[in-house]
Amino acid sequence: MKDTILKTEGLRFSYQEETIPAPVVLDGVDLEIEAGSFVAVLGHNGSGKSTLAKHLNAILLPTGGKVYVDGIDTADEDKLLDIRRTVGMVFQNPDNQIVANVVEEDVAFAPENLGVPPEEIRRRVDDALKAVGMYEYREHAPHLLSGGQKQRIAIAGVIAMQPRCIVLDEPTAMLDPIGRAEVLKTIKELNRASGVTVVLITHHMDEAAQADRLVVMAKGKVIADGAPKEVFQRVEELKAVGLTVPETTELLWELRKAGLDVPLDALSDEECAAVLAKLLTKDVTPA
Amino acid sequence: MALKDITLGQYFPGTTIIHRLDPRVKIIGTIAYIVALFLAKWLVTYAIMLVVLAALIAISKIGVKSILRGMKPILIIVIITGLLNLFYTPGQGEPLVSFWVFTIYPEGVWAACAMVLRIAMLITCTFLLTYTTSPIQLTDALERLMNPLKVIKVPVHELSMMMSIALRFIPTLIEETDKIMSAQKARGADFDSGNLIQKAKALVPLLVPLFISAFRRADELAVAMECRCYHGGEGRTRMRQLKLKGTDIAALILAVVLCVVIGVLGRYGF
Repeated sequence: MKDTILKTEGLRFSYQEETIPAPVVLDGVDLEIEAGSFVAVLGHNGSGKSTLAKHLNAILLPTGGKVYVDGIDTADEDKLLDIRRTVGMVFQNPDNQIVANVVEEDVAFAPENLGVPPEEIRRRVDDALKAVGMYEYREHAPHLLSGGQKQRIAIAGVIAMQPRCIVLDEPTAMLDPIGRAEVLKTIKELNRASGVTVVLITHHMDEAAQADRLVVMAKGKVIADGAPKEVFQRVEELKAVGLTVPETTELLWELRKAGLDVPLDALSDEECAAVLAKLLTKDVTPA
Repeated sequence: MALKDITLGQYFPGTTIIHRLDPRVKIIGTIAYIVALFLAKWLVTYAIMLVVLAALIAISKIGVKSILRGMKPILIIVIITGLLNLFYTPGQGEPLVSFWVFTIYPEGVWAACAMVLRIAMLITCTFLLTYTTSPIQLTDALERLMNPLKVIKVPVHELSMMMSIALRFIPTLIEETDKIMSAQKARGADFDSGNLIQKAKALVPLLVPLFISAFRRADELAVAMECRCYHGGEGRTRMRQLKLKGTDIAALILAVVLCVVIGVLGRYGF
């Protein structure tokens, strides 16, 4: 039996404001996320994906339905620390989540809050910094680092808490391509090497394509859920909600529309190239 | 705009004995030195204080130039204090000089010199503290030194948290100010010309976005801190432990000895 770490049941959320009617941000989301998996949540602006993320460690509480973290109802206030310790959260702007003015002090922040003994904190900080490849920078001031490096520090700050799951809310949105690649590599390595469950909220197709499982959201609902290869084949559906598909899928889809018999599931550049090569050899060979 | 040139805390990294002293010891030492300064009475005690200070500066390898540069902003206060003491100290004997409404007594000259020297030494010794101690070490040490005040409900942890977050965000906000300034200049804002009132008015389009952004940052930071299990100072541990070493204890003893010696000598009018 697979171990479920995050579970939402009919999750509904609307901001309780004076505006009538209150806009419904999440409209009945049912999700189960397996421990150790790498799940990407894809959606357009306003699809409710960030709001969903904030429910996963009780920053927001559902106005309808339930959210369970490792079996604990997030509405249970007494268990708040347990929930936050289980699910770490990384946000978009690295500047606004770094607390201390020395890298290692910042990484130590979460374990310090949890009352971990000093020697153990030291060990966790070193491990976390090595895991994100920032160990040499442990005595630097964060504001002198690049965006990608800062975001890796933020990730290290969460890892030092030793969570079972990390939710990243558009962690690469403010980064340049190099920073994005650094952060994504770090995330994938964490998932693979330490078995940490990763929920990556994003609107970048190429990032989403690297996950084990892809959840697509639109207007507060899950509209597609499955392996990226399967989900991206539903090109029309994705385009209908204002999302694009990776360039490889787009190309194959156009070819298919032009009447060629190509599979849509060649997601990586290499796979796509192989399909095209096959197509070319087939075409030049006289029938 | 030279916003980037602002240095805060004016910390000069180094590896001298003074740099490596426990920050708590340095704070206590500075306080002890200031107390001793006020106990000093006459030439001998002042000479001792001066020699001690010179020795500390020499050991810390802080350039005399940087200390003098630090003095500049308070030069006027020093001069005014000196002059006031010079003219307004009443004396019993013959006045040294007397012209118009001013009379200068020998006591006045001594009082002025003593006062100027005292202020200069006081400021130099606090410089020595901030030049050799990083801001983080300072806040850290202050939190631990003020820890007993928790008993009388002083929010020690919260104060030091605020201080360290402020220190953390100063460079970020300076960078942001620079950005907003450039953005407003690109739209024709003029920050440099006009009289004082016009200049102050020109700052409004700079301050409004800066404040809005600072509040947004504060909000996001608060959420991020909560996500990392921050729940106040209760049950919190620290990674970096401050432990008194042999040199720290020696320094503390020296500071106490200095206070006692100056106190005794001062009492007998040296």
